[in-house]
Amino acid sequence: MKTTAGAVDALHPRPRRLNPPGLSESWRRRLPLLPALLVMILLTQVPFVMSIYYSLTDWHVVPPGPRAWVGLHNYGTLFSDSFFRSAVWVSVRLTVIPVIFSLLLGTAFAVLLDRKFFGRGLIRTLLITPFLLMPVVVGLIWKNQMFNDLYGVINWVIGKLGGTPLDFVSRYPTWAIAVTLIWQWTPCRMLTMLAGLQGQPQDVLEAAKVDGASAWGTFRQLTVPHLRPYGELGILLGTIYLIQVYDLVAVMTGGGPGSTNVPYFVFQRSIGGGWEFGQASAYSIVVVIASIIIATLSLRLLSGLLKGEEVA
Amino acid sequence: MSSVPSPRVVGERRWVNASFGFLAWIVGLVFFFPVFWMVLNSFKSEQDANTSPKLFFHPTLDRYKDVTKSVGGLLSFSEAFTNSMVVVLVSVAIVMLLAVPAAYALAVRPIHKWRDVLFFFISTKFLPVVASILPIWILARNFGLLNTRLALIILYVAINLPLAIWMLRSFFVEIPRELIEAAEIDGAGLRGQLTSVILPIAAPGLAATALLCVIFAWNEYFYAVQLNPVQGATVPIWVTTEISTRGQFLAKLSAASVLACIPVVLAGWIAQKRMIRGLALGAIK
Repeated sequence: MKTTAGAVDALHPRPRRLNPPGLSESWRRRLPLLPALLVMILLTQVPFVMSIYYSLTDWHVVPPGPRAWVGLHNYGTLFSDSFFRSAVWVSVRLTVIPVIFSLLLGTAFAVLLDRKFFGRGLIRTLLITPFLLMPVVVGLIWKNQMFNDLYGVINWVIGKLGGTPLDFVSRYPTWAIAVTLIWQWTPCRMLTMLAGLQGQPQDVLEAAKVDGASAWGTFRQLTVPHLRPYGELGILLGTIYLIQVYDLVAVMTGGGPGSTNVPYFVFQRSIGGGWEFGQASAYSIVVVIASIIIATLSLRLLSGLLKGEEVA
Repeated sequence: MSSVPSPRVVGERRWVNASFGFLAWIVGLVFFFPVFWMVLNSFKSEQDANTSPKLFFHPTLDRYKDVTKSVGGLLSFSEAFTNSMVVVLVSVAIVMLLAVPAAYALAVRPIHKWRDVLFFFISTKFLPVVASILPIWILARNFGLLNTRLALIILYVAINLPLAIWMLRSFFVEIPRELIEAAEIDGAGLRGQLTSVILPIAAPGLAATALLCVIFAWNEYFYAVQLNPVQGATVPIWVTTEISTRGQFLAKLSAASVLACIPVVLAGWIAQKRMIRGLALGAIK
């Protein structure tokens, strides 16, 4: 309870105020909420607390060894582990590159879709499809039909343009995964930005037009500031999900230099064969700390949007 | 969403709109190309799929027959689909049963600190799954839940519940207060209010929420591969079994991918307008 919610608690302190006269009424209101709340606390907070505990121990699980308390030792050795350092660097690139490019592409697509044209519904349908596909399929399809060095579509195009074919996935694993992630995540960013565009006050846009503002001027002076919170939200939420990417790494490269990010590294060091649960837990807690920082920012932003929704 | 009239359709700008539309078509088709190509490859023979890309070929359904026939000892199509169906439907049913009353307590008759509770729910989505997988694996092993459907059902409830509560709340908030109050004056309790007023009005929103949960549960891979790699394996794991180190597999992989994706892609296309709002709100995934 005082774990991830800790970040939230810091933002929204929850004073325990029990006023006996209103107790029965307030409990009557709380009752429908309790099952869901208990389930979520049980399923998310309990494992997380256990994870923190594991991270303070030295524990080899298969073959079973004793669990020895080592305090912060696992954290002390974290950054002297060069494999972990490279996993962090891969994680940073696999997060930052897709977040930025999917936001830019998503915004561009949203601007295109915000106008009326023949077949708009169909094009929107095509554009959201990558989001609906199974991520495993996305990874396998990009690896085997797009990036393949022998008969992949991209290499065929490169060949037609007179270039030499490349084995993208093994030569540039980070970029291959990043491009796939951009393709997978652009639809979500597009939808967020489209919601922002269509939520613009129409009268202000009309007034700008009546005053003779150019389309580009209107876009820069009115639309961009209006879209800013949506873009920020897209960046933060995108970061939180991309920092955890596992499936694409697993099916596209199965780890290896340049593509093992922190989640995959945690897996390798524990269930994936390392079985060092103490050390691996410490690695995963680092991801959590990064996520909490980003999450605190996004909650603040969401809270602002939510207040706006109430006023409206 | 698309019902909002675009303000820019004016005579002199018509060619601008036309060129934007043209650009949108090109962008849409290029962006969709990998999916189109996957579908095309699934109707090819392995020889046709594993050469330089060709658009014209003799279409065949043989790859679909190959991937759906069951071979002894291997994870079969029907087994994986049954597992996925059970896991997805049961977990989403539980999610909806828990989320409807919770959303009521956060939207219709809000508890004192409803906003904090709402943020607690969404904050659980910010907890990376890697941070909980080791304890979950240990717990599942100790309770004998490794390689059972039950393990995935429980975890998919945890994945989807926060999202469902957020989405349902946004639909419940929009129900006219007077209708609920009228039902209350007639003496309807929580159940009466839900069945007589709230659920009928919010039915489309309910359906969209459930559908989004179905999509995420159907596509989930991390927990499935960590906890159920052998028995109780779901469709995403079945797809990966089509990759072989010996011989060519692209056409077969494409056919398996199409089968794996088609249920939720079709559902998503049909319900896109309603789902978009849940997604756009930011409570994504």
